[in-house]
Amino acid sequence: MARRLLYLLPAALFVVLAGYFAIALTSGRDPSLLPSALIDKPAPDFTLAGFDGKEGLSRSALQGKVAVINFFASWCVPCRSEEPLLMRLAEEEHVPLYGIAYKDKPENARRYLDQLGDPYRGVGLDQSGTTAINFGVYGVPETYLIDKQGHIRFRFVGPLTAEAVERELLPRIRKLEGS
Amino acid sequence: MIVEIGHYALILALCLAVLQSTVPLFGAARRNMAWMTLAQSTAVTQFVLIAVAFGALINAYVTSDFSVANVYENSSTLKPLLYKVTGVWGNHEGSMILWVFILSLFGAAVALFGVNLPPALRARVLAVQGMIGTGFLLFILLTSDPFRRLVPAPLQGEGLNPVLQDPGLAFHPPFLYLGYVGFSIAFSFAVAALIEGRVDAAWARWVRPWTLAAWCTLTVGIAMGSWWSYYTLGWGGWWFWDPVENASFMPWLVGTALLHSAIVVEKRDALKSWTILLAIITFSLSLVGTFLVRSGVLTSVHAFALSPGRGDFILALLLVAIGGSLGLYAWRAPQLKGGGIFAPISREGALVLNNLLLCTGCATVFLGTLYPLFSEDLGGPKLSVGFPFFNRTFVPLMVPMLMAVAVGPMLAWKRGDLRGALQRLWLAAAGTLLALLVAFYVTHGGPVLAVLGLGLAAWVFLGVVIEWTDRIRLGRTPLAETWRRARTMPRAAHGMTLAHLGLAITVAGITASAWQQERIDVVHPGGDLTVAGYVFHLDDVKTIPSPDFTAERADITVRKGNDIIAVMHPEKRSFAQQGATTSVTAIHTNLLADLYAALGDSDGKGGWTLRLYWKPLVPWIWIGAVFMAAGGIISLSDRRWRVGIAARARAPRGAQPAE
Amino acid sequence: MSRLALIALCLLALMSAARAVEPSERLRDPALEARARAISQELRCVVCQNETIDESGADIAHDLRVLLRQRLLAGDTDQQAINYIVARYGQFVLLKPRFEPATYVLWFGPPVLLALAALAIAVNLRRRRNRGEAGPAPLDPAERQRLAKLLAEDG
Repeated sequence: MARRLLYLLPAALFVVLAGYFAIALTSGRDPSLLPSALIDKPAPDFTLAGFDGKEGLSRSALQGKVAVINFFASWCVPCRSEEPLLMRLAEEEHVPLYGIAYKDKPENARRYLDQLGDPYRGVGLDQSGTTAINFGVYGVPETYLIDKQGHIRFRFVGPLTAEAVERELLPRIRKLEGS
Repeated sequence: MIVEIGHYALILALCLAVLQSTVPLFGAARRNMAWMTLAQSTAVTQFVLIAVAFGALINAYVTSDFSVANVYENSSTLKPLLYKVTGVWGNHEGSMILWVFILSLFGAAVALFGVNLPPALRARVLAVQGMIGTGFLLFILLTSDPFRRLVPAPLQGEGLNPVLQDPGLAFHPPFLYLGYVGFSIAFSFAVAALIEGRVDAAWARWVRPWTLAAWCTLTVGIAMGSWWSYYTLGWGGWWFWDPVENASFMPWLVGTALLHSAIVVEKRDALKSWTILLAIITFSLSLVGTFLVRSGVLTSVHAFALSPGRGDFILALLLVAIGGSLGLYAWRAPQLKGGGIFAPISREGALVLNNLLLCTGCATVFLGTLYPLFSEDLGGPKLSVGFPFFNRTFVPLMVPMLMAVAVGPMLAWKRGDLRGALQRLWLAAAGTLLALLVAFYVTHGGPVLAVLGLGLAAWVFLGVVIEWTDRIRLGRTPLAETWRRARTMPRAAHGMTLAHLGLAITVAGITASAWQQERIDVVHPGGDLTVAGYVFHLDDVKTIPSPDFTAERADITVRKGNDIIAVMHPEKRSFAQQGATTSVTAIHTNLLADLYAALGDSDGKGGWTLRLYWKPLVPWIWIGAVFMAAGGIISLSDRRWRVGIAARARAPRGAQPAE
Repeated sequence: MSRLALIALCLLALMSAARAVEPSERLRDPALEARARAISQELRCVVCQNETIDESGADIAHDLRVLLRQRLLAGDTDQQAINYIVARYGQFVLLKPRFEPATYVLWFGPPVLLALAALAIAVNLRRRRNRGEAGPAPLDPAERQRLAKLLAEDG
């Protein structure tokens, strides 16, 4: 009898394997996306200069507010595709958007925002990319949701889509702002 | 029009596959000869039809027919003809056509050349092939149709990726698929045997040539892929434990185990249910590999672009094919009567050890490849498993196996004399010790593990040579007798010797990478860089315009002492249209070591970064693979696979094997 | 869309491996540089599948190589430097998974499998020897007659 069961083992193991595959398929995960290592952890501290020596962006300035930080760059092609959406979010939904220009020359970033519209309440220039590394950024665009206590609650990699905004970002913002 | 013919041919092939999956099975059960022989006609016709479809697709590429969506996405009028053709299988849909083409090729081969098989077995084997074909043809027609039209037809295609225009890259898929898909025959034989309810020595003998053929081509395919990485990627890496590489390596490991355990079935009628299981698992691993590459659950540079439904379909295919066959195994295998017993120390014992280590090795690779998926599925962190894991787990498993390669063939069947075998190998042991000392001295006491690895390779090499000389009684009998023995020895024995030698050579090549030396530095024209005693003199870096790209080409003269060893021209090519930069490395080999040069960036001040490597014994990795494949081919040509069963064919027609 | 971009970036980086660890990044102290090279060879480039940051030509790999060397210069031990990067990018950057409960199955798997399989084989062999299976069962009289007849026919 035990011998009979032993013959069943390969089939049984395969069923378990198929189960894992099915879970992976149906989860709709994108395996190339890296989950953030900083979820629910405090956002890294940063103080970044702004355009023309004007006020830039710093973490302390965001304390006590819900903030959505968007890493962008003028040389980043996908960033352009999310610009209209960001503008809509800023103007219609009043999402508190802040931008960090990643490895961008100030003039280029300025021109980019002039051309496509500036949805940000504040912009910081991260020319060295150090702040981005501290956030765990590995490509642009990336968007981070920070709560009032300064913890990172959500990260979206890649250009935002209307669907992602509706399903993931806006509900979370509302929850955080409500609390 | 031709495209539509191709499309229609595929649909017809599907109908034939369905026929082939069902009628011959009933025929075998009812002993209806007509129904059984139907399998042969359907198999051959299916092959012809799929060949027509394949031809139609190739034609569309060659004529740059951009009204076919697949051609538009993957080709361009600017591609050279060779790459237009090889581009056919460089994408998901086209490669699936190649897949079923090879599947039907093997099916037709069994139909045409398997005349010595008992009709019922042949009918069942072809029926199972037909089932696999049905599954994949359905997959193609429903989710991955390469004949989709685009209206209106664009004027130019999108597929001018310079990375893909390379001979090594272009040709390694066919070899790989011949291997992957070729193991389907072993699978079909196994399932047919389970349906019949018997496995005997004859079965093992029939299955071997097909398994060998698949194994040979898979060896070549993997070696080609590895070689391509080596000369393309700019730092001379040749194996990355990438999921897709592993997906081809796992069937190879289990396929090797299968080849060896089938010997035991044939010679001693033992290990039957285990061999059946191995035959099922080998092809199952090919199927799982197909799933991993095309479903999108794992990413890899190799992975094809995908769309949702495909992964689900392939998973369903897996459930039916693997779940079905393993279920059949659970049900029928216990009825297979066990065969001869043997002592643990014996040729069978050595082959069991071989199987144990190869299969555990495969399980290790499997675990490492899929662990990130398991972990994430269970809500754990996103992990990655890379070469440090495989080096620490897989390599130690291979060490005892390699040690056994020299000893195993020296043991007798049923009960072997280990002491006697080891005594006969004293010369090999002495040679190994010598090799160890030499290696230690030459490499100035380099990484100990590498020295041991080289010693292991020497042990295998010398042990194999001794076994061979032993068998032909070299030095113990007159030369004429030795020569006679060598000539009349079955080819399979020569093949084994050659293949094992190849293994030793490859192992030596792999271990020697521990001693590579590199030099990465900025150099101005006129300057020198020295690596391992070779002086690389950068003569100049010229800009060479070309219709499709701009190349920066370095002229490097390599000297050792006062002799000019080589002139090397590594390049950096910028493809303005695609915005891509590729590097063309320059490799100079003397078959004992490679000099490897890659051109880096300019520092803007007239200096250039050069990456220079001296890689000892690296060519042996691929030379060894060639030896292994050659050994397999020689084994294939052994007369015993073709003759020996002729007597059976003389049996009265319509006779059925005893159930 | 971002996936396509990532793949394109990856292919690009693969081909421009000529930009992997650059002379300008190298530290002056050979011991530190050797440590940096050794560590970078065990860190995964997060953008490119299956490349170490030592090999990859991607921008982020360059940044991480520079960062690693900065940490070593600042006096971090190997482990501290690695933890610094892992804190930001997660365990995914480790090519050698940590040895912890989440990975016990991974690390113990192969030796356990080997042991179990060897055990199964040993048990099976012993059982078969004890049962004295010596091969196919001998022919019974009826079968022997059939055999004689067939052999006579075959001539």
